[in-house]
Amino acid sequence: MESIQQVFEQLFGAEWGPMLFLLTKNMTFILAIVVPLLLGVAYLTFAERKIIAYMQIRVGPNRVTFFGIPWLRGWGQPIADAVKAMMKEIVIPTGANKFLFILAPVLTITPALAAWAVIPFSPEMVLADINAGLLYILAMTSMGIYGVIIAGWASNSKYAFLGAMRSAAQVVSYELAMGFALVCVLMMSESLNLGDIVNSQQGGSFLNWYLIPLFPMFLVYFISGVAETNRAPFDVAEGESEIVAGFHVDYSGMAFTVFFLAEYANMILVATLTSIMFLGGWLPPINIEPLTAIPGIVWLLLKIAFMLFFFLWFRATFPRYRYDQIMRLGWKIFIPITLIWIVLLGTIMQLPVSIRNMFPLNLWF
Amino acid sequence: MLENYFPILLFLLVGLAVGVVPMLLGWLLAPNRPDSEKLSPYECGFEAFEDARMKFDVRYYLVAILFILFDLEIAFLFPWAIVLNEIGLFGFIAMMVFLGILVVGFIYEWMRGALEWD
Repeated sequence: MESIQQVFEQLFGAEWGPMLFLLTKNMTFILAIVVPLLLGVAYLTFAERKIIAYMQIRVGPNRVTFFGIPWLRGWGQPIADAVKAMMKEIVIPTGANKFLFILAPVLTITPALAAWAVIPFSPEMVLADINAGLLYILAMTSMGIYGVIIAGWASNSKYAFLGAMRSAAQVVSYELAMGFALVCVLMMSESLNLGDIVNSQQGGSFLNWYLIPLFPMFLVYFISGVAETNRAPFDVAEGESEIVAGFHVDYSGMAFTVFFLAEYANMILVATLTSIMFLGGWLPPINIEPLTAIPGIVWLLLKIAFMLFFFLWFRATFPRYRYDQIMRLGWKIFIPITLIWIVLLGTIMQLPVSIRNMFPLNLWF
Repeated sequence: MLENYFPILLFLLVGLAVGVVPMLLGWLLAPNRPDSEKLSPYECGFEAFEDARMKFDVRYYLVAILFILFDLEIAFLFPWAIVLNEIGLFGFIAMMVFLGILVVGFIYEWMRGALEWD
Protein backbone atom coordinates (compact mmCIF):
# COMPACT_ATOMS: atom_id res chain seq x y z
CA MET A 1 0.00 0.00 0.00
CA GLU A 2 2.84 2.40 0.95
CA SER A 3 4.74 1.76 -2.29
CA ILE A 4 1.65 2.39 -4.38
CA GLN A 5 1.22 5.70 -2.57
CA GLN A 6 4.81 6.61 -3.43
CA VAL A 7 4.22 5.78 -7.08
CA PHE A 8 1.23 8.12 -7.05
CA GLU A 9 3.27 10.88 -5.43
CA GLN A 10 5.99 10.54 -8.04
CA LEU A 11 3.48 10.58 -10.89
CA PHE A 12 1.25 13.45 -9.77
CA GLY A 13 3.48 15.42 -7.41
CA ALA A 14 3.30 15.85 -3.63
CA GLU A 15 0.19 18.00 -3.86
CA TRP A 16 -2.14 15.83 -5.95
CA GLY A 17 -0.54 12.43 -5.33
CA PRO A 18 -1.98 11.62 -1.88
CA MET A 19 -5.42 12.88 -2.87
CA LEU A 20 -5.57 10.83 -6.05
CA PHE A 21 -4.20 7.84 -4.17
CA LEU A 22 -6.98 8.12 -1.58
CA LEU A 23 -9.58 8.42 -4.34
CA THR A 24 -8.25 5.41 -6.28
CA LYS A 25 -7.91 3.29 -3.16
CA ASN A 26 -11.45 4.00 -2.01
CA MET A 27 -12.90 3.52 -5.48
CA THR A 28 -11.18 0.12 -5.74
CA PHE A 29 -12.63 -0.94 -2.40
CA ILE A 30 -16.09 0.35 -3.30
CA LEU A 31 -16.07 -1.55 -6.59
CA ALA A 32 -14.85 -4.63 -4.72
CA ILE A 33 -18.07 -4.38 -2.67
CA VAL A 34 -20.55 -3.21 -5.31
CA VAL A 35 -19.65 -5.58 -8.14
CA PRO A 36 -19.95 -8.81 -6.07
CA LEU A 37 -23.09 -7.35 -4.49
CA LEU A 38 -24.75 -6.80 -7.87
CA LEU A 39 -23.69 -10.28 -8.98
CA GLY A 40 -25.10 -11.60 -5.72
CA VAL A 41 -28.37 -9.81 -6.42
CA ALA A 42 -28.51 -11.29 -9.93
CA TYR A 43 -27.86 -14.80 -8.69
CA LEU A 44 -30.23 -14.38 -5.74
CA THR A 45 -33.07 -14.13 -8.26
CA PHE A 46 -31.79 -17.34 -9.81
CA ALA A 47 -31.44 -19.02 -6.41
CA GLU A 48 -34.97 -17.91 -5.52
CA ARG A 49 -36.45 -19.47 -8.62
CA LYS A 50 -34.42 -22.65 -8.21
CA ILE A 51 -35.08 -23.14 -4.50
CA ILE A 52 -38.80 -22.41 -4.73
CA ALA A 53 -38.95 -24.75 -7.71
CA TYR A 54 -37.32 -27.59 -5.77
CA MET A 55 -39.69 -26.92 -2.85
CA GLN A 56 -42.57 -27.34 -5.30
CA ILE A 57 -40.99 -30.49 -6.77
CA ARG A 58 -40.06 -29.04 -10.15
CA VAL A 59 -36.74 -27.97 -11.62
CA GLY A 60 -36.74 -24.20 -12.20
CA PRO A 61 -34.69 -22.43 -14.88
CA ASN A 62 -32.32 -25.01 -16.44
CA ARG A 63 -31.87 -24.03 -20.07
CA VAL A 64 -29.73 -20.90 -20.47
CA THR A 65 -25.98 -21.55 -20.46
CA PHE A 66 -22.83 -19.56 -21.17
CA PHE A 67 -21.44 -20.26 -24.68
CA GLY A 68 -23.27 -23.59 -24.78
CA ILE A 69 -21.31 -25.18 -21.93
CA PRO A 70 -23.63 -28.07 -21.07
CA TRP A 71 -23.00 -28.38 -17.31
CA LEU A 72 -23.88 -24.72 -16.65
CA ARG A 73 -27.57 -25.32 -17.28
CA GLY A 74 -29.61 -22.40 -16.02
CA TRP A 75 -26.66 -20.39 -14.73
CA GLY A 76 -26.89 -17.97 -17.63
CA GLN A 77 -30.46 -17.08 -16.72
CA PRO A 78 -29.83 -13.88 -14.65
CA ILE A 79 -27.48 -12.51 -17.32
CA ALA A 80 -30.00 -13.27 -20.07
CA ASP A 81 -32.72 -11.58 -17.99
CA ALA A 82 -30.57 -8.47 -17.59
CA VAL A 83 -29.84 -8.27 -21.31
CA LYS A 84 -33.52 -8.74 -22.12
CA ALA A 85 -34.57 -6.00 -19.67
CA MET A 86 -32.07 -3.66 -21.29
CA MET A 87 -33.70 -4.15 -24.69
CA LYS A 88 -37.21 -3.35 -23.43
CA GLU A 89 -38.87 -0.01 -24.00
CA ILE A 90 -39.14 2.30 -20.98
CA VAL A 91 -42.75 3.54 -21.15
CA ILE A 92 -43.46 6.86 -19.44
CA PRO A 93 -47.26 7.31 -19.16
CA THR A 94 -48.78 10.58 -20.42
CA GLY A 95 -50.03 11.73 -17.04
CA ALA A 96 -46.79 10.99 -15.23
CA ASN A 97 -44.45 13.60 -13.87
CA LYS A 98 -41.47 12.73 -16.09
CA PHE A 99 -38.67 13.96 -13.87
CA LEU A 100 -39.93 12.29 -10.68
CA PHE A 101 -40.85 9.15 -12.63
CA ILE A 102 -37.23 8.73 -13.74
CA LEU A 103 -35.82 9.87 -10.40
CA ALA A 104 -37.73 7.32 -8.26
CA PRO A 105 -35.81 4.12 -9.19
CA VAL A 106 -32.49 5.92 -8.71
CA LEU A 107 -33.62 7.17 -5.30
CA THR A 108 -34.54 3.61 -4.33
CA ILE A 109 -31.29 1.93 -5.30
CA THR A 110 -28.81 4.57 -4.09
CA PRO A 111 -29.46 4.12 -0.34
CA ALA A 112 -29.86 0.35 -0.74
CA LEU A 113 -26.28 0.22 -2.03
CA ALA A 114 -24.80 3.06 0.04
CA ALA A 115 -25.73 1.28 3.28
CA TRP A 116 -23.01 -1.27 2.45
CA ALA A 117 -20.29 1.30 3.08
CA VAL A 118 -20.17 0.52 6.81
CA ILE A 119 -20.63 -3.28 6.78
CA PRO A 120 -17.64 -5.06 8.36
CA PHE A 121 -16.84 -8.25 6.44
CA SER A 122 -14.10 -9.34 8.84
CA PRO A 123 -12.12 -7.50 11.55
CA GLU A 124 -9.95 -5.66 9.01
CA MET A 125 -12.30 -5.58 6.04
CA VAL A 126 -14.50 -2.55 6.54
CA LEU A 127 -14.63 0.36 4.13
CA ALA A 128 -15.78 3.15 6.49
CA ASP A 129 -15.19 2.30 10.14
CA ILE A 130 -17.44 5.00 11.60
CA ASN A 131 -18.72 5.14 15.16
CA ALA A 132 -22.31 5.84 14.19
CA GLY A 133 -22.47 2.90 11.77
CA LEU A 134 -25.81 1.54 12.87
CA LEU A 135 -27.40 4.99 12.83
CA TYR A 136 -26.11 5.49 9.28
CA ILE A 137 -27.66 2.19 8.18
CA LEU A 138 -31.00 3.10 9.77
CA ALA A 139 -30.90 6.44 7.95
CA MET A 140 -30.15 4.77 4.63
CA THR A 141 -32.87 2.12 4.94
CA SER A 142 -35.37 4.88 5.77
CA MET A 143 -34.32 6.82 2.67
CA GLY A 144 -35.47 3.99 0.42
CA ILE A 145 -39.10 4.74 1.15
CA TYR A 146 -38.85 8.10 -0.66
CA GLY A 147 -38.27 6.27 -3.92
CA VAL A 148 -41.39 4.16 -3.39
CA ILE A 149 -43.62 7.12 -2.52
CA ILE A 150 -42.30 9.23 -5.39
CA ALA A 151 -42.74 6.33 -7.83
CA GLY A 152 -46.33 5.77 -6.72
CA TRP A 153 -47.22 9.42 -6.93
CA ALA A 154 -45.40 10.23 -10.16
CA SER A 155 -47.00 7.37 -12.13
CA ASN A 156 -50.39 9.12 -11.86
CA SER A 157 -52.17 5.77 -11.67
CA LYS A 158 -54.57 4.60 -8.96
CA TYR A 159 -52.94 1.24 -8.41
CA ALA A 160 -49.49 2.72 -8.15
CA PHE A 161 -50.70 5.34 -5.70
CA LEU A 162 -52.49 2.81 -3.47
CA GLY A 163 -49.49 0.47 -3.57
CA ALA A 164 -47.15 3.28 -2.59
CA MET A 165 -49.35 4.32 0.35
CA ARG A 166 -49.60 0.76 1.61
CA SER A 167 -45.94 0.08 1.17
CA ALA A 168 -44.90 3.29 2.92
CA ALA A 169 -47.20 2.75 5.91
CA GLN A 170 -46.03 -0.85 6.27
CA VAL A 171 -42.32 -0.07 6.01
CA VAL A 172 -42.64 2.79 8.47
CA SER A 173 -44.51 0.64 11.01
CA TYR A 174 -42.03 -2.20 10.95
CA GLU A 175 -39.11 0.18 11.12
CA LEU A 176 -40.28 1.07 14.64
CA ALA A 177 -40.23 -2.57 15.74
CA MET A 178 -36.78 -2.94 14.15
CA GLY A 179 -35.51 0.16 15.94
CA PHE A 180 -36.76 -1.03 19.33
CA ALA A 181 -35.21 -4.48 18.77
CA LEU A 182 -31.93 -2.76 17.94
CA VAL A 183 -32.07 -0.82 21.21
CA CYS A 184 -31.84 -4.18 23.03
CA VAL A 185 -28.74 -5.08 21.01
CA LEU A 186 -27.21 -1.70 21.81
CA MET A 187 -27.88 -2.12 25.52
CA MET A 188 -25.71 -5.23 25.47
CA SER A 189 -23.01 -4.11 23.03
CA GLU A 190 -22.68 -0.49 24.22
CA SER A 191 -21.61 0.71 20.79
CA LEU A 192 -23.15 1.79 17.50
CA ASN A 193 -20.09 0.63 15.58
CA LEU A 194 -20.93 -2.59 13.74
CA GLY A 195 -17.44 -3.99 14.24
CA ASP A 196 -17.70 -3.42 18.00
CA ILE A 197 -21.11 -5.09 18.05
CA VAL A 198 -19.61 -8.23 16.51
CA ASN A 199 -16.60 -8.09 18.84
CA SER A 200 -18.85 -7.87 21.89
CA GLN A 201 -20.37 -11.21 20.86
CA GLN A 202 -16.97 -12.88 21.06
CA GLY A 203 -16.27 -15.41 23.78
CA GLY A 204 -15.73 -18.97 22.67
CA SER A 205 -18.91 -20.25 21.08
CA PHE A 206 -22.28 -19.43 19.58
CA LEU A 207 -23.73 -19.23 23.10
CA ASN A 208 -22.30 -15.71 23.28
CA TRP A 209 -24.10 -14.52 20.16
CA TYR A 210 -27.01 -12.20 20.87
CA LEU A 211 -29.21 -14.80 19.21
CA ILE A 212 -29.39 -16.70 22.52
CA PRO A 213 -30.09 -14.02 25.18
CA LEU A 214 -32.13 -11.86 22.79
CA PHE A 215 -33.92 -14.61 20.89
CA PRO A 216 -37.35 -12.87 20.82
CA MET A 217 -35.66 -9.71 19.55
CA PHE A 218 -33.96 -11.74 16.83
CA LEU A 219 -37.36 -13.02 15.68
CA VAL A 220 -38.88 -9.52 15.80
CA TYR A 221 -35.94 -8.05 13.93
CA PHE A 222 -35.87 -10.65 11.19
CA ILE A 223 -39.63 -10.76 10.63
CA SER A 224 -39.70 -6.95 10.58
CA GLY A 225 -36.89 -7.11 8.05
CA VAL A 226 -38.97 -9.42 5.86
CA ALA A 227 -41.92 -7.02 6.18
CA GLU A 228 -39.76 -3.99 5.53
CA THR A 229 -38.47 -5.36 2.24
CA ASN A 230 -42.10 -6.06 1.19
CA ARG A 231 -41.37 -9.76 0.78
CA ALA A 232 -43.88 -12.58 1.03
CA PRO A 233 -45.87 -13.16 3.24
CA PHE A 234 -46.02 -9.36 3.76
CA ASP A 235 -46.19 -8.38 0.09
CA VAL A 236 -49.65 -6.76 -0.04
CA ALA A 237 -47.99 -3.63 -1.39
CA GLU A 238 -47.55 -5.44 -4.68
CA GLY A 239 -50.49 -7.80 -4.24
CA GLU A 240 -50.81 -8.78 -7.88
CA SER A 241 -54.35 -10.08 -7.41
CA GLU A 242 -55.77 -6.76 -6.12
CA ILE A 243 -53.61 -3.79 -7.12
CA VAL A 244 -51.66 -5.52 -9.93
CA ALA A 245 -48.09 -4.74 -8.93
CA GLY A 246 -48.19 -1.92 -6.44
CA PHE A 247 -46.12 1.20 -6.84
CA HIS A 248 -44.26 0.04 -9.94
CA VAL A 249 -47.23 -0.90 -12.19
CA ASP A 250 -46.32 1.63 -14.83
CA TYR A 251 -42.60 0.93 -14.85
CA SER A 252 -41.08 -1.17 -17.59
CA GLY A 253 -37.71 -2.17 -18.98
CA MET A 254 -34.63 -0.95 -17.16
CA ALA A 255 -36.62 1.40 -14.87
CA PHE A 256 -38.42 -1.62 -13.42
CA THR A 257 -35.19 -3.62 -13.22
CA VAL A 258 -33.59 -0.95 -11.06
CA PHE A 259 -36.48 -1.26 -8.57
CA PHE A 260 -36.04 -5.01 -8.67
CA LEU A 261 -32.31 -4.72 -7.99
CA ALA A 262 -33.01 -2.41 -5.04
CA GLU A 263 -35.50 -4.84 -3.53
CA TYR A 264 -33.06 -7.73 -3.67
CA ALA A 265 -30.14 -5.61 -2.48
CA ASN A 266 -32.30 -4.67 0.51
CA MET A 267 -33.00 -8.35 1.19
CA ILE A 268 -29.29 -9.11 1.26
CA LEU A 269 -28.76 -6.09 3.51
CA VAL A 270 -31.36 -7.27 6.04
CA ALA A 271 -29.83 -10.76 6.03
CA THR A 272 -26.38 -9.24 6.57
CA LEU A 273 -27.50 -7.02 9.44
CA THR A 274 -29.24 -9.95 11.11
CA SER A 275 -26.03 -11.97 10.83
CA ILE A 276 -23.92 -9.15 12.19
CA MET A 277 -26.13 -8.22 15.12
CA PHE A 278 -27.53 -11.55 16.20
CA LEU A 279 -25.45 -14.32 14.61
CA GLY A 280 -22.01 -13.05 15.52
CA GLY A 281 -20.95 -11.65 12.14
CA TRP A 282 -17.59 -13.08 11.14
CA LEU A 283 -17.16 -15.22 14.29
CA PRO A 284 -17.02 -19.02 13.94
CA PRO A 285 -19.71 -20.96 15.86
CA ILE A 286 -17.15 -22.67 18.12
CA ASN A 287 -13.62 -21.43 18.76
CA ILE A 288 -11.73 -24.62 17.94
CA GLU A 289 -8.82 -25.13 15.61
CA PRO A 290 -10.19 -26.09 12.17
CA LEU A 291 -13.06 -23.60 12.45
CA THR A 292 -10.96 -20.59 13.48
CA ALA A 293 -8.64 -21.17 10.52
CA ILE A 294 -11.46 -20.38 8.10
CA PRO A 295 -11.38 -16.65 7.26
CA GLY A 296 -14.07 -14.53 8.92
CA ILE A 297 -15.66 -13.40 5.69
CA VAL A 298 -16.54 -17.00 4.85
CA TRP A 299 -18.49 -17.32 8.09
CA LEU A 300 -20.27 -14.05 7.42
CA LEU A 301 -21.20 -15.11 3.88
CA LEU A 302 -22.44 -18.46 5.17
CA LYS A 303 -24.64 -16.72 7.73
CA ILE A 304 -25.97 -14.30 5.10
CA ALA A 305 -26.79 -17.19 2.78
CA PHE A 306 -28.52 -18.98 5.65
CA MET A 307 -30.71 -15.95 6.45
CA LEU A 308 -31.46 -15.38 2.74
CA PHE A 309 -32.64 -18.96 2.49
CA PHE A 310 -35.29 -18.10 5.08
CA PHE A 311 -36.59 -15.28 2.85
CA LEU A 312 -37.07 -17.77 0.00
CA TRP A 313 -38.46 -20.43 2.29
CA PHE A 314 -41.07 -18.00 3.70
CA ARG A 315 -42.14 -17.07 0.20
CA ALA A 316 -42.64 -20.72 -0.77
CA THR A 317 -44.50 -21.57 2.43
CA PHE A 318 -46.83 -18.88 3.75
CA PRO A 319 -50.02 -17.40 2.29
CA ARG A 320 -50.13 -13.60 2.07
CA TYR A 321 -51.23 -11.63 5.14
CA ARG A 322 -54.20 -9.28 4.93
CA TYR A 323 -53.26 -5.61 5.27
CA ASP A 324 -55.06 -5.08 8.58
CA GLN A 325 -53.34 -8.19 9.96
CA ILE A 326 -49.96 -6.82 8.92
CA MET A 327 -50.56 -3.52 10.68
CA ARG A 328 -51.88 -5.31 13.76
CA LEU A 329 -48.79 -7.51 13.91
CA GLY A 330 -46.52 -4.49 13.63
CA TRP A 331 -48.24 -2.13 16.04
CA LYS A 332 -50.06 -4.32 18.52
CA ILE A 333 -47.71 -7.29 18.87
CA PHE A 334 -44.15 -6.39 17.90
CA ILE A 335 -43.96 -2.92 19.44
CA PRO A 336 -45.36 -3.98 22.86
CA ILE A 337 -43.09 -7.08 22.91
CA THR A 338 -40.00 -4.99 22.18
CA LEU A 339 -40.96 -2.34 24.75
CA ILE A 340 -41.40 -5.01 27.42
CA TRP A 341 -38.02 -6.52 26.52
CA ILE A 342 -36.26 -3.19 26.80
CA VAL A 343 -37.67 -2.71 30.30
CA LEU A 344 -36.87 -6.32 31.28
CA LEU A 345 -33.32 -6.16 29.98
CA GLY A 346 -32.73 -2.79 31.65
CA THR A 347 -34.04 -4.07 34.97
CA ILE A 348 -31.76 -7.12 34.85
CA MET A 349 -28.78 -4.93 34.02
CA GLN A 350 -29.53 -2.80 37.11
CA LEU A 351 -29.56 -5.78 39.49
CA PRO A 352 -26.50 -6.43 41.69
CA VAL A 353 -24.10 -8.89 40.08
CA SER A 354 -24.84 -11.69 42.58
CA ILE A 355 -28.57 -11.68 41.79
CA ARG A 356 -27.96 -10.99 38.10
CA ASN A 357 -26.04 -14.23 37.74
CA MET A 358 -29.13 -16.23 38.71
CA PHE A 359 -30.84 -15.27 35.46
CA PRO A 360 -29.75 -17.59 32.64
CA LEU A 361 -30.48 -14.77 30.22
CA ASN A 362 -27.87 -12.67 31.91
CA LEU A 363 -24.93 -15.09 31.86
CA TRP A 364 -23.28 -13.20 29.08
CA PHE A 365 -23.40 -9.59 30.20
CA MET B 1 -12.74 10.51 12.43
CA LEU B 2 -14.41 12.70 9.84
CA GLU B 3 -12.16 11.43 7.05
CA ASN B 4 -13.85 8.04 7.49
CA TYR B 5 -16.94 9.60 5.93
CA PHE B 6 -15.17 10.27 2.62
CA PRO B 7 -15.61 6.66 1.38
CA ILE B 8 -19.31 6.97 2.27
CA LEU B 9 -19.65 10.04 0.06
CA LEU B 10 -17.93 8.17 -2.76
CA PHE B 11 -20.17 5.17 -2.13
CA LEU B 12 -23.27 7.37 -2.44
CA LEU B 13 -22.00 8.61 -5.80
CA VAL B 14 -21.35 5.04 -6.97
CA GLY B 15 -24.84 4.06 -5.81
CA LEU B 16 -26.24 6.96 -7.82
CA ALA B 17 -24.28 5.75 -10.85
CA VAL B 18 -25.61 2.20 -10.45
CA GLY B 19 -29.09 3.70 -10.69
CA VAL B 20 -28.43 6.14 -13.53
CA VAL B 21 -26.20 4.09 -15.84
CA PRO B 22 -28.62 1.14 -16.38
CA MET B 23 -31.47 3.59 -17.00
CA LEU B 24 -29.32 5.40 -19.60
CA LEU B 25 -28.35 2.07 -21.18
CA GLY B 26 -31.99 1.07 -21.32
CA TRP B 27 -32.89 4.41 -22.89
CA LEU B 28 -30.12 4.07 -25.50
CA LEU B 29 -30.55 0.39 -26.37
CA ALA B 30 -34.30 -0.05 -26.12
CA PRO B 31 -36.78 0.87 -28.84
CA ASN B 32 -38.84 4.01 -28.24
CA ARG B 33 -42.11 3.96 -30.19
CA PRO B 34 -44.77 5.57 -28.00
CA ASP B 35 -48.43 5.81 -29.00
CA SER B 36 -51.40 7.19 -27.11
CA GLU B 37 -52.73 3.76 -26.12
CA LYS B 38 -49.36 2.59 -24.80
CA LEU B 39 -48.91 5.75 -22.76
CA SER B 40 -52.34 5.66 -21.09
CA PRO B 41 -52.34 4.71 -17.38
CA TYR B 42 -52.91 1.03 -16.68
CA GLU B 43 -56.29 0.21 -15.15
CA CYS B 44 -56.80 -3.45 -16.05
CA GLY B 45 -57.68 -2.64 -19.64
CA PHE B 46 -60.35 -0.01 -18.98
CA GLU B 47 -60.06 3.71 -19.60
CA ALA B 48 -59.08 5.52 -16.40
CA PHE B 49 -62.25 6.31 -14.46
CA GLU B 50 -61.18 9.41 -12.58
CA ASP B 51 -58.08 11.31 -11.60
CA ALA B 52 -55.47 9.21 -9.81
CA ARG B 53 -54.62 12.05 -7.42
CA MET B 54 -57.56 11.06 -5.27
CA LYS B 55 -58.50 11.22 -1.61
CA PHE B 56 -56.93 8.58 0.55
CA ASP B 57 -57.68 7.05 3.91
CA VAL B 58 -56.86 9.26 6.91
CA ARG B 59 -55.29 6.23 8.60
CA TYR B 60 -52.16 6.56 6.49
CA TYR B 61 -51.81 10.05 7.90
CA LEU B 62 -52.29 8.73 11.45
CA VAL B 63 -49.63 6.06 10.92
CA ALA B 64 -47.23 8.71 9.68
CA ILE B 65 -47.85 10.89 12.75
CA LEU B 66 -47.41 7.93 15.11
CA PHE B 67 -44.23 6.96 13.28
CA ILE B 68 -42.77 10.40 13.87
CA LEU B 69 -43.53 10.16 17.60
CA PHE B 70 -42.10 6.68 18.05
CA ASP B 71 -39.08 7.30 15.86
CA LEU B 72 -38.25 10.22 18.13
CA GLU B 73 -38.57 7.86 21.05
CA ILE B 74 -36.04 5.52 19.40
CA ALA B 75 -33.76 8.49 18.81
CA PHE B 76 -33.85 9.15 22.56
CA LEU B 77 -33.36 5.46 23.44
CA PHE B 78 -30.20 5.00 21.34
CA PRO B 79 -27.83 7.20 23.38
CA TRP B 80 -29.41 5.93 26.61
CA ALA B 81 -28.86 2.28 25.61
CA ILE B 82 -25.18 2.84 24.81
CA VAL B 83 -24.25 4.44 28.13
CA LEU B 84 -26.72 2.52 30.33
CA ASN B 85 -23.92 0.87 32.34
CA GLU B 86 -22.37 4.24 33.20
CA ILE B 87 -25.48 6.19 34.17
CA GLY B 88 -26.67 3.46 36.54
CA LEU B 89 -29.98 3.26 38.36
CA PHE B 90 -30.83 6.96 38.16
CA GLY B 91 -30.51 7.04 34.37
CA PHE B 92 -32.49 3.85 34.11
CA ILE B 93 -35.38 5.22 36.20
CA ALA B 94 -35.38 8.50 34.27
CA MET B 95 -35.78 6.64 30.99
CA MET B 96 -38.49 4.42 32.48
CA VAL B 97 -40.46 7.54 33.42
CA PHE B 98 -40.08 8.82 29.84
CA LEU B 99 -41.12 5.43 28.43
CA GLY B 100 -44.04 5.32 30.86
CA ILE B 101 -45.39 8.64 29.58
CA LEU B 102 -45.08 7.45 26.00
CA VAL B 103 -46.74 4.14 26.82
CA VAL B 104 -49.69 6.08 28.27
CA GLY B 105 -49.95 7.85 24.92
CA PHE B 106 -49.65 4.51 23.11
CA ILE B 107 -52.45 2.98 25.24
CA TYR B 108 -54.62 6.05 24.57
CA GLU B 109 -54.27 5.76 20.80
CA TRP B 110 -54.79 2.00 20.99
CA MET B 111 -58.06 2.47 22.95
CA ARG B 112 -59.21 5.25 20.61
CA GLY B 113 -58.79 2.79 17.72
CA ALA B 114 -56.04 4.64 15.86
CA LEU B 115 -54.35 1.29 15.20
CA GLU B 116 -57.46 -0.44 13.77
CA TRP B 117 -57.65 -1.20 10.05
CA ASP B 118 -60.93 -2.56 8.76
